Amino acid sequence: MKKILLIIRREYLTRVKKRSFIIMTILGPLLMAGIVIVPIYIATTTNETKQIGVIDETGFFYQKFKDSDNIRFHYLETTIWSAKETFGNSDDYALLYIPKTEIALPTNAILYAGTQVNINVKSYIRNVMSKRIEDLKLEAQLRDLTREDATPIDVNDLLRSIKTSVDLSTIKIGPDGQEEKSYTEVSMVLAFFGAILIYFFIFMFGSQVMRGVIEEKTSRIVEVIISSVKPFQLMMGKIVGVALVGLTQFALWVVLTFIIITAVTSTFTGTTLSETTTQQMMESPAGSFDPGQVIRMAPESQPEEGVNEVMAAINSIDFPVMIGSFLFFFLFGYLMYAALFAAIGGAVDSEADTQQFILPLTAPLILAIVVAQFIVQEPNGPMAFWLSLVPFTSPVVMMIRIPFGVPYYEVALSMALLLLGFLVTTWLAAKIYRTGILMYGKKISYKELWKWLKY
Amino acid sequence: MDLFSASHITKQFAAHKALNEVSIAVPEGSIFGLLGPNGAGKTTLIRIINQIIAPDAGELFFQGRKLLPQDVEQIGYLPEERGLYKKMKVGEQALYLAQLKGLSRQEAGKRLTYWFSNFGITSWWNRKVEELSKGMQQKVQFIITVIHQPRLLIFDEPFSGFDPINVNLLKEEILNLKAAGSTIIFSTHNMASVEELCDHIALINNARKILDGNVKAIKKQYSTNTFEVRFNTFGQDLRALLPGSFEILETGMDEALRIARIRLPEDAGPNDLLALLMPHATIHSLNEIIPSMNDIFIRVVTEKEAAL
Repeated sequence: MKKILLIIRREYLTRVKKRSFIIMTILGPLLMAGIVIVPIYIATTTNETKQIGVIDETGFFYQKFKDSDNIRFHYLETTIWSAKETFGNSDDYALLYIPKTEIALPTNAILYAGTQVNINVKSYIRNVMSKRIEDLKLEAQLRDLTREDATPIDVNDLLRSIKTSVDLSTIKIGPDGQEEKSYTEVSMVLAFFGAILIYFFIFMFGSQVMRGVIEEKTSRIVEVIISSVKPFQLMMGKIVGVALVGLTQFALWVVLTFIIITAVTSTFTGTTLSETTTQQMMESPAGSFDPGQVIRMAPESQPEEGVNEVMAAINSIDFPVMIGSFLFFFLFGYLMYAALFAAIGGAVDSEADTQQFILPLTAPLILAIVVAQFIVQEPNGPMAFWLSLVPFTSPVVMMIRIPFGVPYYEVALSMALLLLGFLVTTWLAAKIYRTGILMYGKKISYKELWKWLKY
Repeated sequence: MDLFSASHITKQFAAHKALNEVSIAVPEGSIFGLLGPNGAGKTTLIRIINQIIAPDAGELFFQGRKLLPQDVEQIGYLPEERGLYKKMKVGEQALYLAQLKGLSRQEAGKRLTYWFSNFGITSWWNRKVEELSKGMQQKVQFIITVIHQPRLLIFDEPFSGFDPINVNLLKEEILNLKAAGSTIIFSTHNMASVEELCDHIALINNARKILDGNVKAIKKQYSTNTFEVRFNTFGQDLRALLPGSFEILETGMDEALRIARIRLPEDAGPNDLLALLMPHATIHSLNEIIPSMNDIFIRVVTEKEAAL
């Protein structure tokens, strides 16, 4: 065990110290941030006066939205349905709808618009609403406190209890008043994002494992090492070490992207936005990364254009299943493929010889990505079902299906099969690996590999 | 006492039998040569000793008990196919490999400092392996093999790929290690080095052991009672001087001297030969022709092959 840790340590340290790792770590977030920032930049630089129609079913916000230089509010006395129908013909930029609430104070609002809504507008609306609701809450609290039998309350608790964040979702509507956005669209984004991430991770870091094995073989150090440790330990140490490199890079990308986006957007937009985001930066524990956390934080911060829609739809998605299964398929998909990549590395003498083996190995992954667009159209069809059970395609295909809702037993079955697939392939890969690393200068055929499995 | 022994080791690779009932015994403190033509099964046996591969049948003993997985920490192995991580720094790499052999980081660092200064290569510590010449890398490789002070050292074809200067250095170091109490197994098909270094040998051919034992004893066993004599010419035919049981293998000239190789009958000795020649010639020298390991090797291998 101590030796496997030594191996993991070496594999990890030599890779993260490489120049290519550092360059990738810096370039990745710049690219990601660029994708996010450019639309925001465009959205904030248009400065003409905008009219916004307000339908306030609650009545709490009457006359609370003040006109500013470039936003004018006017209150509509119709129902939301008719307003939506006439929206296309009006000059209004957007339609703000605050639905009636029965018991609680309203903290939800929907902004209908034909185009992307300017981020300043949204943060202004959110501010006004939360401020108004906080006032209402404070009033109610104070009323309670002035009663005879009131229990004393700490002022900090009071402030905390009135703190309100408003959920403002944006829905695009067409000229005919039809909602264009649906939850499917958001599910699709999540589906592709998860699937591509897994695909990319397996490909990039799986082939790093393979190159690492080839390096040990061509430099002829492998026999020196396996006179100290078992070949299986060396293989697993490398696979785990590279996985940690991948996770480090991934975590750095997320953190750096977040920092860059925050820094840039706060210079473009008002103080409200930067305050909320910097506050969240402080709250998020430094150094630790949890993909769930970023998403959980998002509904309150909503720093980016479009996040609102995602959040609205995300509520319809089973989160524990989504994140849990993402981590599972991510991890075991990688482990299974990495073992096979290691076996290829062990079997060949140079990277040039790997082609004949890599193609059949990665064909299922490529297939999964190619059929992804058909799977999102029919996420519970027979093709989606079967491909999400086969361990070689399930990491990608299941991630595409899950945002659309998959029965738990299917997810569990798929996980069980992947786990089984991982155990079997690792066992077979280890056999090929331990024979292959001691074979030099031999062109390896499939027939030869088959023989090695039986040694 | 034997430090290491293997008994009836058999290993099969698909249709190819690499080792067939091979047994060897390596006495403590000796240098043991594992000889045989290419493909005989030497490397397979060495890999089995290093527990890199497992035998199909047979048992291995170390220090009088069964060989255990953790015994790899008491074995130092220099494989025939050897190398280092090219992109890694020399010192860091040596530390890593020493730790894999069970040394703590501190202890490994201390010993490496000693060896590096002993070999005069301290300045290489922070250089990448790829910046070193082949000969330099071989020195580092040797240090890594012996750093954990193993009781048993195994060198597979140690002299192949080493330049002549490093071969000498390696020979010296092997003898030093022996003097310090290590037991050494080395495999080779270079017979000259066997005679120089080995106390015991085992000869493997076609997956079987066909000869083993003490080098001197083997040589004695295979000596053919042949002598080379140099003498002044005297006109008479040598054949006429010697009885028919004395076999003249070869005659020749060296400057003014005649040379002849004569195989004596089993009951005759060098004195008998001298007695026959002295009345007729001036003897300048008489040497016994001791078979070289190379001769024995070729003779045994061809005999065994003929017998098959």
